[in-house]
Amino acid sequence: MANKIDIKEFVPSEAPPRYSARDFDGDVDPKRDDFDEGLTLPDINTTPMFINIGPTHPATHGTFRVYAQLDGETVEKAGVDVGYLHRGFEKIVEIKQYNQIIPYTDRLNYCSGLTNNVAFCKAVERMMGIEVPPRTIAIRVIIMEIQRIMDHMICCGTNIVDIGALTNFWYFYNARDKLNDVLEALTGARLTYTYTRVGGLAWDLPDGWRENVKAAIKEIPSAIKDVRGLVAKNRIFQDRTRGVGQISGENAINFGWTGPCLRASGVDLDLRKVRPYYGYEDLEFDIPIGSNGDVYDRIIVRIEEMHESLKIIHQMIDRVPDGPINVDDKRVTLPPKQKVHTSMEALINHFKLVIDGVQPPPGRIYDATETPNGELGFYIISDGSGHPYRIKVRPPCFYTMNALKFLVEGGMVADIVAILGGLNVIAGELDR
Amino acid sequence: MATQETPKHDALVAELKNRFGAKILDVDRSYDDCTLIVDKAGIHDVLAFLKNEHRFDLLLDIAGVDCMNLPKFRERFEVVYMLYSIGDDVRVRLEVPISELDLDVPTATDLWKSANWAEREAFEMFGFNFVGHPCLKRLLTHHEFVGHPLRKDYPIMGGQWCATTSDMTEELNEPR
Repeated sequence: MANKIDIKEFVPSEAPPRYSARDFDGDVDPKRDDFDEGLTLPDINTTPMFINIGPTHPATHGTFRVYAQLDGETVEKAGVDVGYLHRGFEKIVEIKQYNQIIPYTDRLNYCSGLTNNVAFCKAVERMMGIEVPPRTIAIRVIIMEIQRIMDHMICCGTNIVDIGALTNFWYFYNARDKLNDVLEALTGARLTYTYTRVGGLAWDLPDGWRENVKAAIKEIPSAIKDVRGLVAKNRIFQDRTRGVGQISGENAINFGWTGPCLRASGVDLDLRKVRPYYGYEDLEFDIPIGSNGDVYDRIIVRIEEMHESLKIIHQMIDRVPDGPINVDDKRVTLPPKQKVHTSMEALINHFKLVIDGVQPPPGRIYDATETPNGELGFYIISDGSGHPYRIKVRPPCFYTMNALKFLVEGGMVADIVAILGGLNVIAGELDR
Repeated sequence: MATQETPKHDALVAELKNRFGAKILDVDRSYDDCTLIVDKAGIHDVLAFLKNEHRFDLLLDIAGVDCMNLPKFRERFEVVYMLYSIGDDVRVRLEVPISELDLDVPTATDLWKSANWAEREAFEMFGFNFVGHPCLKRLLTHHEFVGHPLRKDYPIMGGQWCATTSDMTEELNEPR
């Protein structure tokens, strides 16, 4: 990271004499050239300048504020302010039933809503001792990996746009739009899906969905290849990202980092490998690990992860078993309509489940899932009623954002934008 | 159902009980998790011991809990630390009962940098005073906000009108 830049480097030695209005009043020699005296930026800017970046700045992709003290273009100190999108998720869920909370989880990381749905349902199901049917597990794995690809596409695409390369964004968005169509066919929504339920899914796969997925993911490798080809060996891109926002693995762990940002710093930690859930232990995929922990590595790790997610989808898409999608457990699943109209027990069960909701036994649980950004954890306290007593979300980007001050100080102003994009901070998840 | 983690938990609980004695108030092993209820007076020592001797290098989260409406509780509040050891692949949770009359909690920012924002959030949501924290200011809520919104006696619809820009000199001058 260059802290002080010698202006001489940018002024050719044969530079023509510079003139300004000042030079012509009085007896100043018009041929005087201050730049020959070896001035550096710190000599010119004697007082620090304070600037605000955000809260509504196009490059923040959300609402955060960075208050920076500059010396020339170098960030001497920075303060980070968050909370502009705080909606009180943890407060409002205390009066909601468990299934009513699922739409709220969509709005945490809104780039990959389905992953949050699954993560939340997984936590509640573990609390109730429910094992979801194999068909549900297979579908959940597929939609989570589709979402991982989509999330990484947004992150890498917008990050590269912020650095100044717009084309890559469209290459990714063409492919991403196909995936969005697939998910729209499945869930009816393109952003806030609310597809899972405690104990299963909202509805089964539509006809021909698996063929649609296969067709949609066919175009992704070429999109990744295009983007990678444009940026990976690009001199301008490398200059903007290599060595920028560098953090060691040890420091990253100390800051509480998880997910691709931590893996870019060389730490091999992926919950899908370390503590596999949903049969990830039987799937063949690799975990890309970076080495430098800079913006470049974070982008490349994400791009490589897309290939791995594609592998998982290819393996799972033909292996979706037949069977029910909801667990046969009267505590969580509504009885079939036929039975509700013919049997008194089913009718009461239906009423109780709609009015009281899902009721996990009293207790506490912390359950973590590997989302595109890292470990998303739900700490749930149940008092045995239909409403959670307390839910604490552990959002992965809360902790990556905590390190932003550490990353930007000593770098250039323009690097703030590159670093922010590489961290993939999603305001909805950060502020809750 | 025992998991791979269970023997590691057993050893850890035995060692902590041996070393800290009465500071470990209770142990909860439900859902194959390992939860230690630790007295406030010993929490910093336990955290430092876990970090330095047992490689619990990742402080995942700090959660506050207002136990007011729970059927059974020790004190009104609780601070919950989620720890994870990447090397050993062990998770552990520490619950610290905090009296309503004494909201001071020793900070963990000297051990983990991730505690910085986590403690600021717990401070604004519940009002804990993390002693030794470098910049204990409101983080997610506005600086004009009054009260601690995640306490059970704070109304769900208790929105407040806050408008002025906050001064960020303190965050700016916080050590890197």
